[in-house]
Amino acid sequence: MSKLKPPVNSNDHIQGDAHAPIELVEYGDYQCPHCGHAYPIIKSIQQQLGGQLKFVFRNFPLAEMHPNATNAAVATEAAAVQGKFWEMHDIIFENQEHLGNSHLVKYAAKIGLDAEQFKADFENPAALEKVESDFESGVRSGVNGTPSFFINGTKYNGNWEEVDLLEYLQSLVG
Amino acid sequence: MLQIGTTAPDFSLFTTPDQKINLSQLKGKKVILAFYPADWSPVCGDQMALYNETLKFFHKHNAEMIGISVDSKWCHMAFSQDRKLHFPLLADFEPKGAIAKLYNVYDEEEGQCQRAIFVIDEQGIIRWNYLSPVGINPGADGILDALDEMDNKK
Repeated sequence: MSKLKPPVNSNDHIQGDAHAPIELVEYGDYQCPHCGHAYPIIKSIQQQLGGQLKFVFRNFPLAEMHPNATNAAVATEAAAVQGKFWEMHDIIFENQEHLGNSHLVKYAAKIGLDAEQFKADFENPAALEKVESDFESGVRSGVNGTPSFFINGTKYNGNWEEVDLLEYLQSLVG
Repeated sequence: MLQIGTTAPDFSLFTTPDQKINLSQLKGKKVILAFYPADWSPVCGDQMALYNETLKFFHKHNAEMIGISVDSKWCHMAFSQDRKLHFPLLADFEPKGAIAKLYNVYDEEEGQCQRAIFVIDEQGIIRWNYLSPVGINPGADGILDALDEMDNKK
């Protein structure tokens, strides 16, 4: 069984209670249609599990296949500097068909980011380094495509498209 | 499948319509030999796409990635262009599967290569091998761990 390397830490973007009993980590690519399909499923799982779940998103852009995926990921990391990682993550998945740089700038404005600051953070090599380090951690953890999920540190190889993932997570909390 | 510690059998296979690759040409480098069932099938596509994105990690270890299937050189060319692959795919096409048989990773029933990976060192010795269930993309972590270990032993 592939293990999450490194474990969730302070460099991660975490949604939900840090002490929740279930930790769900997604490695995703903003331009990947399967990840777009997973997006509302995860939202629904978060709603149903509430405080029992924390959700972490790590970047795994397949840049050769998806030319806009890396920049979209960098945009979320730039938004994170202004405390709006999840807002950017959401708006990007909700507009997955349009991920050119001009669109990313519009989304930044729409979620209320300071435009100058966003531009500077987008161009700051630190944002790209974060994305690349996520990618490498995914490779090391045995990510073999997107989306890949890890539950409490172990790779989940089951189905996520139906209720299977929700039921599996519910079974963990009993 | 051929065992760890054995010398990797040499081969000469087409990678493009007018170019062949010999394993012996690559002495002095590590070689990751990834046998896979077929171009275009969903899992192989993902597997090759993943390797395409992880080439830089392989290159840090002085390792070259090579894919091998029984598809023809023309099929490989179209597949490789479609997926923008930056590593060679070899055509184990005539006689069909001969090299896969040499490495003992040929699936006689399906008439295609098994999903098997060999990591070969600079001297041409097999240092790691892995046979994956046919429907599962094995990822790149096993390869990278093997490359790490090879470099640490030096």
